[in-house]
Amino acid sequence: MDFKEKVLQIIAEVCEDDVVKEEHELDIFDAGLIDSFATVELLVQFEEQLDINVPITEFDRDTWNTPNAIVDRLNELK
Amino acid sequence: MTPYSSFLFFIILGILLLPTMILGILGKRLRYYNVFVSIAILAIIFSEGNAGFFSLVAFTILQVLLVKGYITYRQTKNSSLVFYVISFLSILPLILSKVLPTLAVDNWASFLGISYLTFRAVQIIIETRDGLIKEQISIYQLVNFMLFYPTISSGPIDRFRRFQRDEEKHWTPEEYKELLYKGINKIFLGFLYKFIIGYTINSYFIMNLDHIADGKFTYHLFYMYSYSLYLFFDFAGYTAFAVGVSYMMGIRSPENFNKPFISRNIKDFWNRWHMSLSFWFRDYVFMRFVFLMKKKKWVQNKMMVSNLGYILLFLLMGVWHGLAIQYIIYGAYHALMMAGFNFFESWNKKHKRWPTGRTMTIVSIVITFHVVCFGFYLFSGRLFQ
Repeated sequence: MDFKEKVLQIIAEVCEDDVVKEEHELDIFDAGLIDSFATVELLVQFEEQLDINVPITEFDRDTWNTPNAIVDRLNELK
Repeated sequence: MTPYSSFLFFIILGILLLPTMILGILGKRLRYYNVFVSIAILAIIFSEGNAGFFSLVAFTILQVLLVKGYITYRQTKNSSLVFYVISFLSILPLILSKVLPTLAVDNWASFLGISYLTFRAVQIIIETRDGLIKEQISIYQLVNFMLFYPTISSGPIDRFRRFQRDEEKHWTPEEYKELLYKGINKIFLGFLYKFIIGYTINSYFIMNLDHIADGKFTYHLFYMYSYSLYLFFDFAGYTAFAVGVSYMMGIRSPENFNKPFISRNIKDFWNRWHMSLSFWFRDYVFMRFVFLMKKKKWVQNKMMVSNLGYILLFLLMGVWHGLAIQYIIYGAYHALMMAGFNFFESWNKKHKRWPTGRTMTIVSIVITFHVVCFGFYLFSGRLFQ
C-alpha cells in the first residue's frame, strides 16, 4: 500500500465512511464527516500508524479540509 | 471611556482613523501612524480610574517576560513541567481577578479586557510548546498583538500567527479599499444591532416587562426570549464594531457570530455563537484533553472521553464568565446538552430514527432555539435573584 492509500484508509476509518477514498476533494468538515473529537483521533492514528507527529494547533480546518489536502500536508511534514 | 459605548468615542475614533484611511487608499504602509492611533485610543480607554491602567501595565510586562522567556527556553528544551508552570503563571492574573471579588477584597488584579488578553498570551505559549512558533517575537510584535485596541475589551480573540500575517501584509490601494468598504459596512451593521435593535429590546421591552407580563410565569418566559435576543444584538453589535475597526486598521479580525439562531443542534450552535471563544476552548482545551486521554490511554471509552472533555470545557467556560452560581450552572447546563446530544447522535447514526428533510430541519432549529434561550435565561441570573 502506498502512502496516499494508507492515509486515505486512516481517514476512512476515522470518518466511518469510505466515500473519502473516492472523492478526494470532498470537504470532510462541511460534509459533517468529522468533528473536533474525530480530528484528534485522526492525529493519534497518524502518529501511531505513520509515525508523523501533527500538533493539534497545526491542524487548521481551512488547510486540512479534504483527503487530498491532508495527504499533501502530511507529505510536507514527513 | 468604554470602547464603542458612546458617540464621542466614535467621533474621536473617526478623526484619528482619517489619516489611516487616506494612507491606506494611497497604498502606504499603515504601521507607523497606527502605532500612534493605538497609543492614543488606549490612553482614552484606560485614562478612567476604574479601567485599571496600572494592572494592565503590570499584566503586559508579566506576559511579555513569560512569552519571551518560554520561547527562548523552548528553542533548546521541552519539558512538560516548564510548559505547565509557565501556562499557569500566565493565567494566574485572570484567576486572581476572578477569585478576589469573592473574598470581598479590592480587585486590584482586574482591568478592562483581562480575560481576552490572557487568551491571546496563553495561545502563543501553547503554539510555542507545539513547535509552531520557533522564532523569538519582538516586544513590539507581542504588545501590538496583545493590546490591539479595536478588540481589547471583549475580543474577538485573534491568533498570533494569523494576526501577524495581516500585520506584515502590504495592502495595495485596491485591497485596502475593499477592506475599508467591508469595515464601514460592519460598523453600520453594529449601529443597527447594538444601538437600534438591542437598545429597543432592552429599553422598550425588558425594562417594561412588569407592565407587559400579567404573571410571574409569563414574566420569566418573556424575559428569557427577549434577553436572549438582546444579548445577541448587543454582543454581535459590539463585535461588528471591533471587527470593522480592525479591518480599517488592515487586520482581518475573526468573526464571532454566524447566524446562531438557525443552529440545527447544540453542537452546531457552538460553531456559530461567540466563535472566537468557543474555537479557543475547542482547540486549546477540548482537543488537547482528548489527545492526552487517547495517547496515555487513561480512559478507553470514546463516548466517555468526549463527554468528560465537554464537561471540562463548559465548566471552565462557565467559571471564566465569573465565579457566580448562574455561570457555573450555565456551564453545567451546556455540558449536559452537549453530552446528551453526543449520545443521541451516535444512537441515531446506528438506528437512523431521526428523519431528514426540510420539515425536520425546521423542527431541529426550533428545538435548538428554545434550548439555547433557556441557557441564556440561566446565564442572566434572573432565576437566582
